[in-house]
Amino acid sequence: MREPDRDETTGVDTTGHSWDGITELNNPLPRWWLWTLYLTIIWGVGYTIAYPAWPMISGATTGLLGYSTRAAVVEDIAQHKAQNEGLVRELLAADLDTLAPTEDLHRYAVARGGSVFRAQCSQCHGSGAAGAKGYPNLLDDDWLWGGDLNAIRYSINHGIRNETDEDARYSQMPAFGDILKAGEIDTLVGYVTQLSQGDAASDSTGATLFADNCASCHGDAGLGDREQGAPNLADAIWLYGGDADSLTQTITKARYGVMPAWGQRLSEEDVRAVSIYVHSLGGGE
Amino acid sequence: MNYVKLVLLGLVTLIAAMGANYARDLAYQVHALLITAIAFGMFIWVLRQIDEPQPAVPPQNTYFDGVVRAGVIATAFWGMAGFLVGTFIAFQLAFPELNFDWGQPFTNFGRLRPLHTSAVIFAFGGNALIATSFYVVQRTSGVRLWGGNAAWFVFWGYQLFIVLAATGYLLGATQSKEYAEPEWYVDIWLTIVWLSYLAVYLGTIVRRKERHIYVANWFYLSFIITVAMLHVINNMSIPVSFWGSKSVQVFSGVQDAMTQWWYGHNAVGFFLTAGFLGMMYYFVPKQAGRPVYSYKLSIIHFWALIFLYIWAGPHHLHYTALPDWASTLGMVFSIILWMPSWGGMINGLMTLQGAWDKLRTDPILRMFVLSLGFYGMSTFEGPMMSIRAVNSLSHYTDWTIGHVHSGALGWNGMITFACIYFLTPKLWGRKQMHSMAAINWHFWLATLGIVLYAASMWVTGIMEGLMWREVDDQGFLVNSFADTVSAKFPMYVVRGLGGVLFLGGAGIMCWNMWMTIRGASPATATLPHATPAE
Repeated sequence: MREPDRDETTGVDTTGHSWDGITELNNPLPRWWLWTLYLTIIWGVGYTIAYPAWPMISGATTGLLGYSTRAAVVEDIAQHKAQNEGLVRELLAADLDTLAPTEDLHRYAVARGGSVFRAQCSQCHGSGAAGAKGYPNLLDDDWLWGGDLNAIRYSINHGIRNETDEDARYSQMPAFGDILKAGEIDTLVGYVTQLSQGDAASDSTGATLFADNCASCHGDAGLGDREQGAPNLADAIWLYGGDADSLTQTITKARYGVMPAWGQRLSEEDVRAVSIYVHSLGGGE
Repeated sequence: MNYVKLVLLGLVTLIAAMGANYARDLAYQVHALLITAIAFGMFIWVLRQIDEPQPAVPPQNTYFDGVVRAGVIATAFWGMAGFLVGTFIAFQLAFPELNFDWGQPFTNFGRLRPLHTSAVIFAFGGNALIATSFYVVQRTSGVRLWGGNAAWFVFWGYQLFIVLAATGYLLGATQSKEYAEPEWYVDIWLTIVWLSYLAVYLGTIVRRKERHIYVANWFYLSFIITVAMLHVINNMSIPVSFWGSKSVQVFSGVQDAMTQWWYGHNAVGFFLTAGFLGMMYYFVPKQAGRPVYSYKLSIIHFWALIFLYIWAGPHHLHYTALPDWASTLGMVFSIILWMPSWGGMINGLMTLQGAWDKLRTDPILRMFVLSLGFYGMSTFEGPMMSIRAVNSLSHYTDWTIGHVHSGALGWNGMITFACIYFLTPKLWGRKQMHSMAAINWHFWLATLGIVLYAASMWVTGIMEGLMWREVDDQGFLVNSFADTVSAKFPMYVVRGLGGVLFLGGAGIMCWNMWMTIRGASPATATLPHATPAE
């Protein structure tokens, strides 16, 4: 055993060991370090007595405070529920068509519906409800299936073209790639473009093709039909794009957008609230 | 002996070739082809060695530094790869268009992200740990590495593991466990390599010429043993087919989650903390030329650290299906862990007692000190974030990412760079690095990069946490998830720029290493003759 040496710089003894020239001073543990360690240990013991902590043979200690994260959440939710209970009852009883925007109940429904929308609807329709390609913009007054409160509520309840709800809104445009020739589709694309710009020539080949193939759903003037969910083609609003390529693809292969039946997932008051919210965004009828 | 090798390599070639033929998925097929090629190449090589005169046995009175040299180069190489991918995916988050259509599905964020984390933790960090531990254990034991070429097997086996893991992620093979993504056959290979590592390390310590085992070796050894245990238990799974990469975990539900975060947290605790403290305990006193501050502190904080760390995992699962009691224990152990973690920082920083003036002139020592500073910061932030109330704000936000990176870039990155600057001249027989000014540049670029990274992630993390929990007076959520994503954009750009600076610093280091090594011949260091009789 080598004798401890004194380190010149600090005046502290070394332990006498040396590894590849590295020695160790024999300093004591820093007091503040040791006391902080003790304090955290004492706090830890106290905390595990106060809160659920130690596993036993069956179950675990529940802690003197009786705290539980699950119970805390349940309590939190119950508190909000109790606070809004009266309004929820009113909302369920209200006649949506006559609910005036100035009423407290309407304001409550918009706040609640907005929260449902941000959590459930914004993934497709966007957090500002402006939509995206294939997902309708809900801020404008162009509605595929109707824009009054009950029509909106029906769309939300039953969804569109899903396979889970028998009453889902349903329409299916044929894929005209199987019916028309490529040249005819090009002509139709040209005619539909003119329609949306408001200068369609009624005596053209395009007009004849449109009358033979499209007018039964979209109407003679291309104004669409909400009964069948057929879009208005005479405006500048396009769900899948109004350029020639997008239109060619739409006519050739058709489109098949789907929306879930939210009535199966949300509570009745949430469906009512989100209907009122969407209706209030600007385009409601 | 050569005939045994031939038979084994021939068998491996055959089975791997069968694997390539019967493969049920792309990743398995590519890996089988790779292993076929490697095994066949080695088969031919061994065959050509037969009946050739044996190369002279290397002199046993020198240190086994070849494998350390290779490890230092591998550390720098994988570091650059990992930082590059990290910077790229940081910009992918800011600009999603960088998920190029032509690169799908191989280069989307989901596949590159585990490539980044594994590259920096296991490839960069792992190579740094293996290389420095081989260097340190020889010096502090006064003997050559035990096991002859086993150390080379550990090195090349580990590189093969990295390549299999990385290509597997890109090709879609993952068991979806964070930091334990590689599939079953890669896990088995790593187990073999890791046990060889343990054997070489323990063998060297057993044959040591010093009476006592130096503290750095306690830390390295605890890291090697614990990682072996964590790896084996967390990766227990049953392959769907011998000819496919997919496997099914033996644990399920909350047990699986708890096993995963017991593993995940201790990967931080033993890989990134204990192992790197081993580095710190050798290289900091060496670079400072001062004795370690306190032997007592090192022994107390070592045992406290390794005892406490192993229980802290549940703090990753607050407010989940995990029972409250487990969550409480995880939090309490994390907070008691605070001082034991700081013991390493105190011992490192106080070792500079009497050598603080060197900070003005020695950029390498400055890097060591900065890394200890970041170590102290992260090991305070960690216990704080484990408190349930704090965690309810910070969990799932970018705050966690910021926390991880102040530890990984600041502590692990900086101390590894400093060790590379320490080792490179010594291993290649130079007086010092080619350019000391370049080390200074590296220091400042990396520091600035970390500050940009950590600060932007704190801001965006806390903002995001507050936005998620914001409710109006009737209890309805105010923000949608997409609102928080768009609000984070400026901070994501700042974070990416931080990554560019950190990457740039590492690039300067690689140039500096190249200039130092170029034209130099490997240095041979002889063992100390007189064995100190203690």
